[in-house]
Amino acid sequence: MSAAAEKILATTLARVVAVERETHDTFTLSVTPVEGEPPEPFQPGQFSMVYVFGVGELPISISGDPADTERLVYTVRSVGQATHALVSRKPGDVIGVRGPFGTAWPVKEARGKDVLIVAGGIGLAPLRPVIYHVLRNRDDYVRLIVLYGARSPRDLLYRKQLAEWGRAPDTQVLVTVDYGGLSWRGHVGVVTTLFRQLRLHPAETVAFICGPEIMMRYVIRMLEARGVAPQDIYLSMERNMKCGAGFCGHCQLGPYFVCKDGPVFSYRQMQPWLDLHEL
Amino acid sequence: MESKSLEEILREHPFLQGFKPEHIRKMAEMALEVQFARDQIIFREGQESGLFFLILSGKVALEVSAPGRILRVQTLEAGEELGWSSVLGEGGKHFQARSLETVRALAFEGARLRQACEQDPSFGYALMRQLLRVVAERLQATRLQLLDLYAPRAAKLI
Repeated sequence: MSAAAEKILATTLARVVAVERETHDTFTLSVTPVEGEPPEPFQPGQFSMVYVFGVGELPISISGDPADTERLVYTVRSVGQATHALVSRKPGDVIGVRGPFGTAWPVKEARGKDVLIVAGGIGLAPLRPVIYHVLRNRDDYVRLIVLYGARSPRDLLYRKQLAEWGRAPDTQVLVTVDYGGLSWRGHVGVVTTLFRQLRLHPAETVAFICGPEIMMRYVIRMLEARGVAPQDIYLSMERNMKCGAGFCGHCQLGPYFVCKDGPVFSYRQMQPWLDLHEL
Repeated sequence: MESKSLEEILREHPFLQGFKPEHIRKMAEMALEVQFARDQIIFREGQESGLFFLILSGKVALEVSAPGRILRVQTLEAGEELGWSSVLGEGGKHFQARSLETVRALAFEGARLRQACEQDPSFGYALMRQLLRVVAERLQATRLQLLDLYAPRAAKLI
């Protein structure tokens, strides 16, 4: 086996140092290597293969601050056996981590422009590192606009941070839920309805989108209708990733392996494949 | 408020983008400025309300009653429209509308709007075209809501 393949397949032991409940079914775990070097630096948008011993291995986006060199942070929604086992870890427990893998949001290319982030549901997690990055390098960007949609108020991630980000200079954070109760006084409606409150400068905007694929398709239509060019639209795709390195082929999408060539793609790359039925 | 001021306000409202000046004037002649306090019920589900509103400021929630609870299904804000079914003049309101904060709006009597449409087909076409756009946007948003895109995958298996 080549050294490169060995590195890809090498699992690092990591200790859970904190588990924070985000919603009724979603938790944020912070981990640090059990011994040796600090975790390998990651770029916004990349993911790790996280191994819950005896249960299974999962691709999980890194949701922490790229400038935090001490720990890796994952926001995980408990939807199946392996994710349930992962969010049930307690501080002190040990898991396995491979990576980081995959392509990153092109934050360098977005310098000097407005950064528009559109996230749905758990899709905010892989975009949070971009928000950290932009806020940390504020002079490199013009406006930061975050549009975030969730199923209901109780499904909103990072609620305190959303409020904090919204108070930052030249930053607009608009949050919506598909359904609200009487106690919710915020916006109600799908995330595309937030576009009516936006004044976009399409030629000066780079859009990063992550969420359910149908949501992303509708968001792209809104962006195109407002004049944002396909090459300025990026999205994070999800497919059934298994190996994280393009070996197994589970995540193939057209000519791409999502784990290796993605998960972040430009819309120009994805355009032929997004509208294909049953792909 | 003077008619001229109303015309200016209407000219800036997204609903009337693309309207001819004479159509905006006609709308201004029919407009009545209204204000709703926070948490005021603007109309109730099933109520025969004949008013169509263009929201100027504030936020309105559309609500539907379910056994034991009220669900908010949409919010409308400045630049949006409320009560489009009044223009059709058929049946009661589909939802309850409640102001979530102080709301300023321009109100139009649905019957007067219909009359103006019949008298001036050019105005009628412009108004109905915009209404159709609003209804189409709401229909698309409702379909997306119904898809329940953020539900856990396991729960979506049928």
